[in-house]
Amino acid sequence: MPESHDPVPVTDWPAFGLAGPDKRERILAELRRLTRHHRDACPPYRAIVDKLGFPTDTLDTLEDVPFLPVRLFKRHRLLSVPDGDVVKTMTSSGTSGQSRSQIVLDKTTSALQVKVLSRIMAEVIGPKRLPMLVIDGRATVADRYRFSARTAGILGFSMFGRDVAYALNDDMTLNREGTRAFLDKHAGQDILVFGFTFIVWRHLIRALEEAGESLPLEGGILIHGGGWKQLLAQAVAPDAFRARVAGVTGMTRVHNYYGMVEQTGSIFMECGEGRLHASAWSEIVIRDPGTFAPLPPGESGLVQLLSVLPHSYPGHSLLSEDVGHILGRDDCPCGRAGTTLRIEGRLEHAEIRGCSDTYPP
Amino acid sequence: MSNKEKYDQVFVESFSVSPDVLNADFVYQCVPQWDSVGHMAMIAALEDTFDIMMETEDIIEFSSYTVGKEKLKKYGVEV
Repeated sequence: MPESHDPVPVTDWPAFGLAGPDKRERILAELRRLTRHHRDACPPYRAIVDKLGFPTDTLDTLEDVPFLPVRLFKRHRLLSVPDGDVVKTMTSSGTSGQSRSQIVLDKTTSALQVKVLSRIMAEVIGPKRLPMLVIDGRATVADRYRFSARTAGILGFSMFGRDVAYALNDDMTLNREGTRAFLDKHAGQDILVFGFTFIVWRHLIRALEEAGESLPLEGGILIHGGGWKQLLAQAVAPDAFRARVAGVTGMTRVHNYYGMVEQTGSIFMECGEGRLHASAWSEIVIRDPGTFAPLPPGESGLVQLLSVLPHSYPGHSLLSEDVGHILGRDDCPCGRAGTTLRIEGRLEHAEIRGCSDTYPP
Repeated sequence: MSNKEKYDQVFVESFSVSPDVLNADFVYQCVPQWDSVGHMAMIAALEDTFDIMMETEDIIEFSSYTVGKEKLKKYGVEV
């Protein structure tokens, strides 16, 4: 890995403690270094950013960092390391007819992803592994040869859990006896509850509401992500989601996360105030969907994601098809520094991307 | 059973391999069974066998049969 100009290794950065110019300078220095590295090591990347007319040498601001459309990874296997260094290829879940992204990882990038995710997770669940309840069926992870983004997500987050139990049967109905037995066994303890948003909603929250039942999950810390997928028509706002979760489970610690397989590790985590936070390792630029000009906080546009982790593939600056806006900088009532954002949905008529909030162990 | 025998047995059962292959060359992803799924299953089996709870960092760094022995020392298990 090319040397870093920052004397502090990125993994030692305070997860949500970098503010203002300090954060901007540190992340910009890393992104400059990565942009240079990818230009040198990945000829297709160089050809694309040159063709798109990005400045070549001076990257004075975060907004200057060249960005690739995220769907480019669906058509091209881009790598910035020798093929022999690739230890893992991650794919996004393409539903039938859609193409899948291919993200190649070398040891360095893979290790960075794991370390950074673990730093971000520690912020919400603490340093210890917790008993873990997965809101999904065991069958989702049982067939490892049909490895989906859901499988990868569950397995990735399982590193932060222990005594892992699955709340759903293989037909996606709620396993009431099994779940109650698990909760009895760990009564009075914090429990990591993990699932994909649309599955938690449909198969836990709605299922309990429809049956007029509840579960004693007061000790639960819910981490959910992945969006609404085919349930977009049923999507509820974050506040309503939290209220309904609390209504049938008593769970008040609820954290949505936002991320994509193309930038695994540096996910955006929701705080107790309901805001998604960029960590030290990521940043957001909102762009006008027509002109791609950067937009000020409060204005909705396309979400560009910056991450200092991608070394083995040129994914450090990606324009997504998600629409969102910046809520503020260094001013969240929760006390964490950094940019906060809200995701509103997807650009209309964009190819709907499959679930990508995955993470490899 | 000695700790070494217990440790080996976890690998044999988790990855369906013969004890003869358990040496310094037995590393993460060296057999198809030692993938991310197999890894978490193996960690859970080790935790049950030795009645320990490993930290996330150690699970991440548990990259080979040999490294694993070093990791277990931290939890008072000499293999």
